[in-house]
Amino acid sequence: MDTILEVKDLVIHYETDDGRVYALNGLDLDLREGETLGLVGETGAGKTTLARGIMGLVPDPPGRIKGGEILYRGTDLLRCSNAEMRHVRGKKIAMIFQDPMTSLNPVTNVGVQIAEAISNHEHLSHRDALVKAREMLEQVGIPAGRAEEYPHQFSGGMKQRVVIAIALACNPDILIADEPTTALDVTIQAQVLDMLRELREKYSMSMLLITHDLGVVAQTCDRVAVIYGGEIVESADVFSLFERHLHPYTQGLLNSIPKLNEDVDRLQPIEGMMPDPTHLPEGCKFCTRCSYATERCRTSHPVMREVASGHSVRCFRYEQEERHEDR
Amino acid sequence: MRIDKPLLQVKNLKKYFQTPGGMLHAVDDVSFDLLPGSTLGVVGESGCGKSTMGRAILRLQEPTSGTVLFDGTDVTACSKRELKALREQMQIIFQDPFASIDPRMTVSQTIMEPLIIQHKMDRRDKKGLERKALEIMELVGLAPRLVNSYPHELDGGRRQRIGIGRALVLRPRFIVCDEPVSALDVSIQAQILNLMQDVQKQMGLTYLFITHDLSVVKHFSDEILVMYLGQMVEKCESKRLFAQPMHPYTQALLSAIPVPDPRVRMQKIPLKGELSSPIEPPVGCRFAKRCPYATSACTQKAVLPREIEPGHFVACVRAGEL
Ligand SMILES: Nc1ncnc2c1ncn2[C@@H]1O[C@H](COP(=O)(O)OP(=O)(O)OP(=O)(O)O)[C@@H](O)[C@H]1O
Ligand SMILES: Nc1ncnc2c1ncn2[C@@H]1O[C@H](COP(=O)(O)OP(=O)(O)O)[C@@H](O)[C@H]1O
Ligand code: SF4
Ligand code: SF4
Ligand SMILES: [Mg+2]
Ligand SMILES: [Mg+2]
Repeated sequence: MDTILEVKDLVIHYETDDGRVYALNGLDLDLREGETLGLVGETGAGKTTLARGIMGLVPDPPGRIKGGEILYRGTDLLRCSNAEMRHVRGKKIAMIFQDPMTSLNPVTNVGVQIAEAISNHEHLSHRDALVKAREMLEQVGIPAGRAEEYPHQFSGGMKQRVVIAIALACNPDILIADEPTTALDVTIQAQVLDMLRELREKYSMSMLLITHDLGVVAQTCDRVAVIYGGEIVESADVFSLFERHLHPYTQGLLNSIPKLNEDVDRLQPIEGMMPDPTHLPEGCKFCTRCSYATERCRTSHPVMREVASGHSVRCFRYEQEERHEDR
Repeated sequence: MRIDKPLLQVKNLKKYFQTPGGMLHAVDDVSFDLLPGSTLGVVGESGCGKSTMGRAILRLQEPTSGTVLFDGTDVTACSKRELKALREQMQIIFQDPFASIDPRMTVSQTIMEPLIIQHKMDRRDKKGLERKALEIMELVGLAPRLVNSYPHELDGGRRQRIGIGRALVLRPRFIVCDEPVSALDVSIQAQILNLMQDVQKQMGLTYLFITHDLSVVKHFSDEILVMYLGQMVEKCESKRLFAQPMHPYTQALLSAIPVPDPRVRMQKIPLKGELSSPIEPPVGCRFAKRCPYATSACTQKAVLPREIEPGHFVACVRAGEL
């Protein structure tokens, strides 16, 4: 599969009164044509900063892009002018935010909001845009008859669908969904995820799905990247990752969650907590919480190493491991 | 199951709110017993009345009707003074304890406040208060150096430890835990759940554990109560509920949990529509509009929970047949 979006060595900091926040520290990621890539990590790991970086929406100040490249079909988005980025956002890459209300206008009815998104990139008369908006609403499972209603008249799940309709109105190549279902109940979450999957296939989009729910990843994604301290620490296709999670942090995450099919007396948490983002550890960023940490982990920084086909990990423990080609 | 006397008996508890659109039935005729030392998990969709029920049990919100017996004492009939005395034994932990606590208070002040309110200790006894605070902080796994820190200086996991410390300081017997780990990352969530389990064992606590995370509730609870639009639709032993859910809503809910294993393909039971309104709900089963098995019998009269098998309560006219 071809790569549609490639993030290379991206460094983004926030300059705050409390010091410099090291949000992204040389992040590499590639999204392939037609796939759903899951990005997993805990609060503060840098997931939203990455999404904003790709969209050209990092708030500056305090955010500063210190280096790297974001290649969309070979073009570096970081070198695009504001006008070019507006075009990219309107037509090529769309984003869904965690809280639907941040992207909806409370005083405009939902039909008009979708129509505006359509007019942003298609030259349609106002009336035609409204007709298309009603079609979009039906696409996301809301009866067209409700187009004249306002966001507050909709439930959380319906609002999130409207946001999805707006994002899809421009028929993007790439959809970035930042925790799109975190605020929803499981039955509604299931509906929204199913819908995203169908629409992704129908419109042959690629999707970057940001989440902290490993269940959602297992059920929705083709590949997974695990982020910690502003860098990717493990990436693999979804089957290899759940079969053989290598990085001690990934192992910790999977051990922390209670499993429905197993009964344990005690959960196995990851000890300690996320390091202060203004003072990340020097060597491996996970060394303050890792039970395998050695002196070397505290002083030098491990690189990503491919240990099996398509399965890479950033940890000294796998240095000796031969790359297996047996899959 | 042990044949102890229940510590808590909730009978026909109702909490209605007057709203511009009519009467909102937040909690509508819920009854259950809770044995000492056990944990009852409460699950259900956002807005189904979980928090309201927890608060009504503690009389943090006045119930509309119904009774709550705590160790035989009728909480709903208590005077203000009796209620204050009961507070020592019944506590609550919130999702974000600092949403309800003074941000200008230090960790030790926050933990100690209930003791001062209850006149168990004197505000001027600085030494004694600090000693007691350090004792509780050790119990909940907080480093002594944090004793004079302020909430904004701490991360979510530590704040929740303070919330737990504050709830424990009076040595209660019963705690309502309202989504105590929902705001936390999974790695921290596991630390807090383990802590809550440890103190439960040590102090013989009884928990009403409210959550919307079904994997957490299964791990943590002896029994589970499923709520839908203010009503209890199913209640039974935790393992039993997951092995053999009987209410169509419970079945759909459990089938929608994303399984953290890509080899398992989920067989989801699709639900039509969305949660309907709790304002002036129609008679009959409140799930009928979304239920794949609904018949005309479902909407004719109120559908009350029945004990289908020992300890397994289901509110569905077709329970047992599906
Ligand atoms: N003070 C109030 N006045 C009017 N309605 C209220 C009040 N408090 C709660 N409600 C309503 O009662 C119902 C139950 O609310 P409650 O907060 O108990 O739900 P919940 O199950 O805890 O939801 P969540 O999972 O979102 O915390 C909701 O419809 C809510 O809007
Ligand atoms: N506008 C901002 N100003 C200062 N710091 C920020 C800002 N946005 C994010 N950060 C910090 O950057 C780091 C990464 O944040 P974020 O990308 O939001 O993480 P995630 O989405 O993974 O939770 C965190 O330490 C966060 O506090
Ligand atoms: S490099 Fe060292 S500290 Fe980092 S994850 Fe591997 S073993 Fe742990
Ligand atoms: S009573 Fe009827 S509508 Fe309600 S859950 Fe049972 S079958 Fe479905
Ligand atoms: Mg985020
Ligand atoms: Mg609540």
